[in-house]
Amino acid sequence: MTTLTDLVSYEDALASYDPVMGLEVHVELGTKTKMFCGCSTALGAEPNSQTCPTCLGLPGSLPVVNATGVESAVRIGLALNCEIAEWCRFARKNYFYPDMPKNFQTSQYDEPIAFNGYLDVQLEDGETFRVEIERAHMEEDTGKSTHVGGATGRIHGASHSLLDYNRAGIPLIEIVTKPIVGAGERAPEVAKAYVRELRELIRALGVSEARMEMGQMRCDVNLSLMPKGAEKFGTRSETKNVNSLRSVERACRFEIQRHAAVLGGGGTVIQETRHFHEDTGSTTSGRVKEEAEDYRYFPEPDLVPVAPARAWVEELRGSLPELPLVRRNRLLEEWGISATDMQAILNAGALDLIVATIEEGADAASARKWWMGELARHANESGKALDELPINAQQVARVTRLVADGDLNDKLARQVIEGVLAGEGTPDEVVEKRGLKVVSDEGALTTAVDEAIAGNPAIADKIRGGKVAAAGALVGAVMKATRGQADAARVKELILEKLGVAEG
Amino acid sequence: MTDKNSIIRLTAAETAEKIASGELTAVEVTEAHLARIEAVDEKVHAFLHVDREGALAQSRAVDAKRERGEKLGPLAGVPLALKDIFTTEGVPTTVGSKILEGWIPPYDATLTKRLKAADIVILGKTNMDEFAMGSSTENSAYGPTGNPWDLTRIPGGSGGGSSAALASFQAPLAIGTDTGGSIRQPASVTGTVGVKPTYGAVSRFGMVAFSSSLDQGGPCARTVLDAALLHEAIAGHDPLDSTSVDAPVPPVVEAARNGSVQGMRIGVVKQFRGEGYQAGVVQRFDEAVALLKELGAEIVELDCPSFDLALAAYYLIAPSECSSNLARFDGLRYGLRVADDGSHSAEEVTSLTREAGFGPEVKRRIMLGTYALSSGYYDAYYGSAQKVRTLITRDFEKSFEQVDVIVSPTTPTTAFPIGERADDPMAMYLADLCTIPVNMAGNAAMSLPCGLAPEDNLPVGLQIIAPAMKDDRLYKVGAAVEAAFVEQWGHPLLEEAPSL
Repeated sequence: MTTLTDLVSYEDALASYDPVMGLEVHVELGTKTKMFCGCSTALGAEPNSQTCPTCLGLPGSLPVVNATGVESAVRIGLALNCEIAEWCRFARKNYFYPDMPKNFQTSQYDEPIAFNGYLDVQLEDGETFRVEIERAHMEEDTGKSTHVGGATGRIHGASHSLLDYNRAGIPLIEIVTKPIVGAGERAPEVAKAYVRELRELIRALGVSEARMEMGQMRCDVNLSLMPKGAEKFGTRSETKNVNSLRSVERACRFEIQRHAAVLGGGGTVIQETRHFHEDTGSTTSGRVKEEAEDYRYFPEPDLVPVAPARAWVEELRGSLPELPLVRRNRLLEEWGISATDMQAILNAGALDLIVATIEEGADAASARKWWMGELARHANESGKALDELPINAQQVARVTRLVADGDLNDKLARQVIEGVLAGEGTPDEVVEKRGLKVVSDEGALTTAVDEAIAGNPAIADKIRGGKVAAAGALVGAVMKATRGQADAARVKELILEKLGVAEG
Repeated sequence: MTDKNSIIRLTAAETAEKIASGELTAVEVTEAHLARIEAVDEKVHAFLHVDREGALAQSRAVDAKRERGEKLGPLAGVPLALKDIFTTEGVPTTVGSKILEGWIPPYDATLTKRLKAADIVILGKTNMDEFAMGSSTENSAYGPTGNPWDLTRIPGGSGGGSSAALASFQAPLAIGTDTGGSIRQPASVTGTVGVKPTYGAVSRFGMVAFSSSLDQGGPCARTVLDAALLHEAIAGHDPLDSTSVDAPVPPVVEAARNGSVQGMRIGVVKQFRGEGYQAGVVQRFDEAVALLKELGAEIVELDCPSFDLALAAYYLIAPSECSSNLARFDGLRYGLRVADDGSHSAEEVTSLTREAGFGPEVKRRIMLGTYALSSGYYDAYYGSAQKVRTLITRDFEKSFEQVDVIVSPTTPTTAFPIGERADDPMAMYLADLCTIPVNMAGNAAMSLPCGLAPEDNLPVGLQIIAPAMKDDRLYKVGAAVEAAFVEQWGHPLLEEAPSL
């Protein structure tokens, strides 16, 4: 059911109200096996081929906790500055849905494994905002329903539904923030920055690839408005499954405008779940929550409590990798770039690639230049993420090395990159196959320079007369004649030499 | 010895010995029991499914092993009746419910695997109250089972099929499960032996759940030693069951071979008598206590006030867990599905399937449990019940500081007539008055015959309770009591049962 919604302009909304947000992020862990059985978690398998009595919920089956899942949860908790429970239990969340084989989800309720933490996030201008973390808990994913025959893939109007339980039982960590207040007009930006920071953190920990487009990380956005200066939160809406960074920001923005319109018109916001639509950037009403749904939680009697030993927790704390924000600040300093530059690198998803390229021997400036320039453009054009391009850090580093050694100039280097992207092989192979070498044969160059001077007497005269800037045209002619394979700087030198002019 | 009638009257231990020595073949033994089933089970209705082919194949394999000179296990070739709550790959498993009619499990329960690994021959699956909810087997969707002592009476429940199979000599061994007394009460009213091991001693993997924190599979037999041999075969840690105890199985067989109560302190709980206890049951129980004293035990009176709350707490915890455990029966993946004619939504199909597939007692408990767990009531019901559970555990702990084992009547009355309590759930629930506290605390307990009640000539059971992981004490005491009674009676009690 889609209805057109009146909106208040963003500025007007923020002039009257303070937004309060709560973000719930689900992360699928990258464990080899499911949370409570030994089935594979690999993506892309035949439907229902990665199932067993336990994850199908067959009568008599029982769960066993995946120890790696618990370890990942503790590491995430530690990285989020949380306290780690000394003793906690799983709980059953009871509700009927066909994609949930047991008709209850094994989750955690009032005893999460990690609680009371925070995550510092950096906004576009480099300012830091602290997001308080309520809890991080372990649970299992559901199966996947595909509704067939309806217009939009939704259950409404579908003739039947297909169920794939390969995903059922894949470990999830749900990370819930405390209410985020005080972000004001920057609330949507904070939400986006938080989800991104969390994604970077999850990746740095190596517990998940956290690819939002593949559903490995999913965000629910709770939002409410309260009149400026008020302390009592308004009624919230919960926008489900907002699955890209941009959508997180847009969903917040839209809901702020929609809530403001409802409140401004004297109405009351309904507590409900809402769906976000990528195409329009709007949300529509889902299920109305007249009262909190009763999940009849109770401690999971089929599992024993989880009691992470303190020594083990400390060992995990000691082995945490450098966290993303710390690392970014360090790199920013080392590279001598601005917060905005760093933000652009992050936005492009280039940070790890640049670091890797530097580790492969490139200098920082060149590594940045290639990834943020030529390669970012390619990625944009092909609609791919940078790390999905068919070129790796080692290859980019090799190109920068060839440039540094004078074997390639920038123009040739771009051609080499194109060749690698086109699947023609390694940079050296492309150089070889395409014959892309800087012409360093002085004899050939001199001939080309002489020809250029002879063919452009008027320009030559200008240069002789002291207009050194005019040499560009002759350099261009030489480059054209050598099909770009000459070292432009050397060409210029030769021209000036021939015309008896010293470089200013 | 090839007389079929004498084969079926052998104990499991004797049968195994004769097979091992070559005096009998496993096939002969299985055929004798299949013939007995054929002859009497129409009247008794202990079995829901007889796996003739599977049983014969297993016994042939045992005979082949023996011919090859391989060493046979202590129960190799002995037939067993398996409660229809354990999954059996390729063999129907209904849990006594319409909702699983026709379901063929794709996997064996851990217990099933262990039975097979021990070369114990599975004759078939036995009748039970639907989802193990009941004390009479009348709640089976497939009709009641008769008590071999009097076919118009109940064989106990929920494992009435298993107890009746033993008492009617259709199998020398059986498996039961005990959530509130479902092994012990049927043993009591049929004059057989049943043991609820310590919680976690026998794997629950593949045992269809009723109340996960209370359910426990265990051995049923006609003698204490047979129960011990079966106990040893099925117990032990299972990595597939997180609640399984990771410790060695107590030396139950050794204890059963060395029965004695000499110098033991044995407790009698004040709360386990009074209103509702049949006079003949109390009389036989008192005689058993006197016998224990005679055999050298010291009797200690115990006060366990929390036991009075056990039944009420049980009827909050068990239904709560069952309301969640049984949610998976929705008609979408396996078992019964009704109204699947294309005109109903998935939600309606689930609802109609559950309406048609569950019996009244199961529905009653699902509703009770759903209510008890609902928000706003959780603390008052489920939460309070868990506190009572803690109190019960403490009462047991305090008691076991003073005594080695506790004894009581297993159930307040002898077998009641089929139909008598069918419409009175509260009266039915009282059958488990003495057995429920044990499940609440996770301790081990046994029921064994201690005579016939004078007023109705029906078996009375003596319950022995031991601390968790001290299951061997049950067998030590049980074997001593059994030997003394058999000497007193001149024969095992079951010989007094009518021939069918």
